[in-house]
Amino acid sequence: MKAILVLEDGSYFEGRAFGYSGEKFGEVVFNTSITGYQEILTDPSYKGQIVCMTYPHIGNYGVNSEDIEFAHPQVEGFVVRELSPLVSNWRAEEDLDSYLEKYKITGIEGVDTRELTRKIRIKGAMRGGISSVDLNPKSLLERVLQSPQMVGRNLACEVSCTQPYYFQEEGEVEIAVWDCGVKKSILQMLAKNNCRVKVYPVHSSGEDILKDKPQGLLVSNGPGDPAAVIHVITELKKLLGKLPIFGICLGHQILGLALGGKTYKLKFGHHGGNHPVKDLNTGKIDITAQNHGFCVDPDSISDCCQITHINLYDKTLEGFRHKKMPIMAVQYHPEAGPGPNDAKHIFKEFVDMVKNNA
Amino acid sequence: MPKRTDIRKILIIGSGPIVIGQACEFDYSGTQACKALRQEGFEIVLLNSNPATIMTDPEFADRTYIEPITVEVLDRILEREKPDAILPTLGGQTALNVAVKAHDEGVLKRHKVKLIGANEEAIRKAEDRELFKKAMEKIGLEVPRSDKAYTLKEARAIVERLGFPVIIRPSFTLGGTGGGIAYNWEEFDEIAQRGLSLSMINEILIEESVIGWKEFELEVMRDLKDNVVIICSIENFDPMGIHTGDSITVAPAQTLTDKEYQRMRDAAIACIREIGVETGGSNIQFAVNPEDGRMVIIEMNPRVSRSSALASKATGFPIAKIAAKLAVGYTLDEIPNDITKKTPASFEPVIDYCVVKIPRWAFEKFPQADSTLTTQMKSVGEVMAIGRTFKEALQKGLRSLEIGRSGLGYDGKETERSVSDEELRKKLIIPNGDRIFYIKEALRRGMDIDEIYELTRVDKWFLAQINQIVIFAEELRQKYSYNLFSQKGEGPPYEVLYKAKQYGFSDRQLAHILGKDEDEIRRWREDKNLQCVYKLVDTCAAEFEAYTPYYYSTYERENEARHTKKKKIAILGGGPNRIGQGIEFDYCCVHAVFALRELGYETIMINSNPETVSTDYDTADKLYFEPLTKEDVLNIIHQERPEGIIVQFGGQTPLNLSVPLREAGVNILGTSADSIDRAEDRRRFKQLLEKLDIHQPPNGTATNLEEAKRIAHEIGYPVLLRPSYVLGGRAMEIVYDDEDLERFMKYAVQASEEHPVLIDKYLEDSIEVDVDMIADGRIQIIGGVMEHIEEAGVHSGDSAMVLPPYSLPDEIVDKIKQYTIAMARELNIVGLMNVQYAVKEDTIYVLEVNPRASRTIPFVSKAIGVPLAKLAAKIMAGERLKTLGFTKEVDPGYIAVKESVFPFNRFPGVDIILGPEMKSTGEVMGIDTDFGKAYLKSQIAAGQNLPTQGQVFVSVKNKDKRKIVFIAKRLKDLGFSLVATSGTAKVLKKHGVSVRTIYKIQEGRPNVLDLMKNREIQLIINTPSGKVSREHEVKIRSHAVQYGIPIVTTIPGAQATVNALESLLGEQFSVKSLQEYHREMKGVDYARVTRGRNDSA
Repeated sequence: MKAILVLEDGSYFEGRAFGYSGEKFGEVVFNTSITGYQEILTDPSYKGQIVCMTYPHIGNYGVNSEDIEFAHPQVEGFVVRELSPLVSNWRAEEDLDSYLEKYKITGIEGVDTRELTRKIRIKGAMRGGISSVDLNPKSLLERVLQSPQMVGRNLACEVSCTQPYYFQEEGEVEIAVWDCGVKKSILQMLAKNNCRVKVYPVHSSGEDILKDKPQGLLVSNGPGDPAAVIHVITELKKLLGKLPIFGICLGHQILGLALGGKTYKLKFGHHGGNHPVKDLNTGKIDITAQNHGFCVDPDSISDCCQITHINLYDKTLEGFRHKKMPIMAVQYHPEAGPGPNDAKHIFKEFVDMVKNNA
Repeated sequence: MPKRTDIRKILIIGSGPIVIGQACEFDYSGTQACKALRQEGFEIVLLNSNPATIMTDPEFADRTYIEPITVEVLDRILEREKPDAILPTLGGQTALNVAVKAHDEGVLKRHKVKLIGANEEAIRKAEDRELFKKAMEKIGLEVPRSDKAYTLKEARAIVERLGFPVIIRPSFTLGGTGGGIAYNWEEFDEIAQRGLSLSMINEILIEESVIGWKEFELEVMRDLKDNVVIICSIENFDPMGIHTGDSITVAPAQTLTDKEYQRMRDAAIACIREIGVETGGSNIQFAVNPEDGRMVIIEMNPRVSRSSALASKATGFPIAKIAAKLAVGYTLDEIPNDITKKTPASFEPVIDYCVVKIPRWAFEKFPQADSTLTTQMKSVGEVMAIGRTFKEALQKGLRSLEIGRSGLGYDGKETERSVSDEELRKKLIIPNGDRIFYIKEALRRGMDIDEIYELTRVDKWFLAQINQIVIFAEELRQKYSYNLFSQKGEGPPYEVLYKAKQYGFSDRQLAHILGKDEDEIRRWREDKNLQCVYKLVDTCAAEFEAYTPYYYSTYERENEARHTKKKKIAILGGGPNRIGQGIEFDYCCVHAVFALRELGYETIMINSNPETVSTDYDTADKLYFEPLTKEDVLNIIHQERPEGIIVQFGGQTPLNLSVPLREAGVNILGTSADSIDRAEDRRRFKQLLEKLDIHQPPNGTATNLEEAKRIAHEIGYPVLLRPSYVLGGRAMEIVYDDEDLERFMKYAVQASEEHPVLIDKYLEDSIEVDVDMIADGRIQIIGGVMEHIEEAGVHSGDSAMVLPPYSLPDEIVDKIKQYTIAMARELNIVGLMNVQYAVKEDTIYVLEVNPRASRTIPFVSKAIGVPLAKLAAKIMAGERLKTLGFTKEVDPGYIAVKESVFPFNRFPGVDIILGPEMKSTGEVMGIDTDFGKAYLKSQIAAGQNLPTQGQVFVSVKNKDKRKIVFIAKRLKDLGFSLVATSGTAKVLKKHGVSVRTIYKIQEGRPNVLDLMKNREIQLIINTPSGKVSREHEVKIRSHAVQYGIPIVTTIPGAQATVNALESLLGEQFSVKSLQEYHREMKGVDYARVTRGRNDSA
């Protein structure tokens, strides 16, 4: 079956449909990870986005029930050059095509994904739509232009849990996780570092969290524009200085905003598993997993915070620590999933910060 | 961390001659290192015995020592140069081994010099299997269960514990030499014994078999601040049990989930840290059990390798260059990524295409060799191809191999179609170089993927990809073949053709499938505007803008090729290394690029060999990593529209394209097509020689057996026979009688009107001479005259050569020069020309004229201090010799010897006798003031461990018996004792030479084999007794190779060896750099000739 991908600049790509036959809209971004499509598909941070994989062969190792960041895929649509005709891996339980169909994710294959990637790099991230039901680029473009812009979009509320729950009930330190769309790997890393992990929905208030007397708080990753997650920013302000706080990705941005900083949108974001991040204290470089379209302006927080990490690709902010309060944040994904494990030590640093605070 | 300031002068060790397992990838890495470190202001001293390398060009180092790579030589260089550090990690196993040995012998300590990159401890930890295993266990990584042995008895005890099959790996050898897989005791004993003798420390490792597991490699880099990055992941198409050098390999890894990949990545990082490779690149191999994912680490190379060259070309990340910079103290984040300019080298390249490497074997040269693929590497070269998909890359790779195939079958060359089902299964089970074609054939016959997987253990993902190719081709044939339906019209619709191209089908394959010819398919495509596009290799999957024009073709929507307005010249490279076509031609191509860049041209390099300097993205202005076929080259020409194209420098591969390219209207630079035809067409060439009054051996051309016989009788036996359509000595043979002739005509070739057999009188016992000459259409200058040591009849690529001639009288040499110039003038040569002569009883015969760069160009250039290939390229672009400053032949004033290096140690049981068919893989150069010393150096460099005392075994054919007497006497005088079999002994005794007589092999024991095994023979002189060597002679010769006993198989070789022994026993030989030799040479202003240093040096 044919499918078409239309971008808001009017350009379009024809290809074959796979997964769910239908029509989906979202911001089109590219991810340069060669492996890890399953983690990418299920990462709640991709809510509202259509992901294009730059590596041409996708689906080679199928899908399994272990390598997921959420119970089901979160992306709006999926763009690949070539879907594998066969699955080859000892852990594979299903092929990608039927997996996406099951979860109603529309895919398009046979696209010159490099051309698409270059287009996004040069023009910036754009809204787009994939359709296997309307193959007319003009009418599809109209609907693309009606779809929401990423800037100003609060998507965290769409992917957060709705009730608090324990991810891990045993542990040395009690950590609260403010779920803006948290990845399973983050929770697993906390658990691995011997934390008792309780997850709170995005709409929780500061008091909701404080009353359980957690020893530390992690503000999670998540989709959308951080500046739109006003509720969390407001509530978080109340918690500053009251307990150690760690922000990851969207959590990093929200923390920055809560500390009085500013965020801005990157041209096409960072989505991949090969970005070098330098720890400015040690000089060490970690190769990191990245997935964000917004960024904290380092100048806007430099009064109260020390810049701890920068991205060596474009010198953007990758991490900070508050000069006085036990607050730390990283823009990248130390939990990997997918991507390198280089930065997993960050979780221990957070746990140590929590312990030292006691 | 900035550059180290405690180091000023660095010695880089190269890898020596090209052998199986060590090819021109180390010229690529060494050249990069020299360039990078000189740019940083370090003084570079270089040691490498291989003159055909770019790195040994005098402008790449401050001092270049073309000397044998031994501890003794290293010691002397250290004495003279007093460098601060040695960088041993860029010259393959050879450099590592000599560095470790020098350390062990206290040489490094004595000269207060340190190893940088990897120190001796790290090298040992990586290379010593026991230490490696301990180190890996310490960091919690699994290795296959194993144990090491020093005797056969110990070895057998280990097998009792592990059970069959087992893998045997000797420690400290090249590319797995002597290793193997044993399924039973008989095989085990043979492999174990060989391994024990080949190991530098008589040690073998016996290992649990992980045969059939998936094999992966990671290329890892580390800096002094302990930052580690993975440059590339590689998945082997062929499972464990086949040496990675003999495997089709694919980048990136295809069948690992991210979790599994990251686990491997973590393991690789832990490994490089634990081994302690301080800086630079390492290659780490893993095996993964496809059933349950159990991962074991197989080995680690603490240096750049063949795989790192591949990874560099596959990703655009120059591993060797970065490794060199890391070795002198830089950290990864301080080094910019050349391709993106804005981002640092501290990242992990990602690719948005698929890369396939396919090995090139040369079994056709060694018919007796066992062509089964094992853990011991047998291939002589490789190609790499890039496509957006595996299918496309695989098909491009297969048509790059220079084996006459146009892709994965469907090309009219499908011998795999004619095997029985039973035979086919065997071909799938037993790994062989053509297995990929048999897999395709099995799928075509409908065998299912699961079954093929069981037989081959090739991952099903790959099999499914191949199956897509097969299904598509069959459909195409059924629906659109003109043979089937004799349709009229335009051929298959656009979408179908487009898909075919996306699947990597060449026009030739499509022509075959559709029953059309190649040009017709091309016209269809052009009519439908179905053209390939070019995409960039950019290290980052388009995330950043790339500034380096490194392209591959594919069929997609967007074309990224950039238009430039400069004058352009395209240079066609040589394709995969194989015997007869090696690094020498890449050297010439690189020189052509340098020369044309100096003249201000935009240079476009086209090549498919990832090991080379020519495919370094900063060699030419633009690099097209593409197959060298008519279709692929024309596509590039169509895209770039260069003013001209150079086919003279890349050897046979580009030459084969000159006719079709010319017909397509491409401007081929240099000597005119008509002149080339006059030199190559037998009839026209004969006329030319008659006109110039130059002799040629009597000859004729036959199209059938009767004719051949008639000609042979006319000119008299022995005659040299060869098919007209192959070069490099393929299927060439000397025959002595009708019986031989009949056999040759019946089995070796199929003569026809189109492909006649050429018959030449074989000039027995004549001296062969090679001449390289350069001309600009006005003047002709001799580059060098080389006298072969072995008699005519031994392929010129296999002979040792001496420049200038050491035994020919001056009048003869002068006449040879006159002939050469006369022919060059008559042919109006513009560029290079090589002539081969035979001199017999003062008559000079022309054997061959080749109006192009020859294999000897690098050697001659280094001997005379004039870069001939570079000058020739400039001439082809319109310059004159006079303005270039080369107007007079150079007499170097010293002796330069080129010796060939053979792969016989890889092919046990193969006879090592030299003949008209070329068998060597590489060459070395020995330079000194007299012949004996220079020859000695060449022998040491080639790995002949010439003895200073002991016993020499002499056994020669009747014809040689008189000539051996004098040689034997000289050996006696030098203090050697002699051993001979009855015939030779009798002659020697008659002439008063005392000799111990021993049994011939068939007579009884002890015979020579016993003495060899007991290490009682230090040198063997054995000339073959007849055309067809007797079995026991072959045994002696192949045993000599196995036991590392120097062996000489010709009388002239024996004479030269005696000269060398005299030098060896005389004063210690001295070392001297090429720059010093050239400075002392009269009459050449090297600087003027090279027009200053080239910009990239």
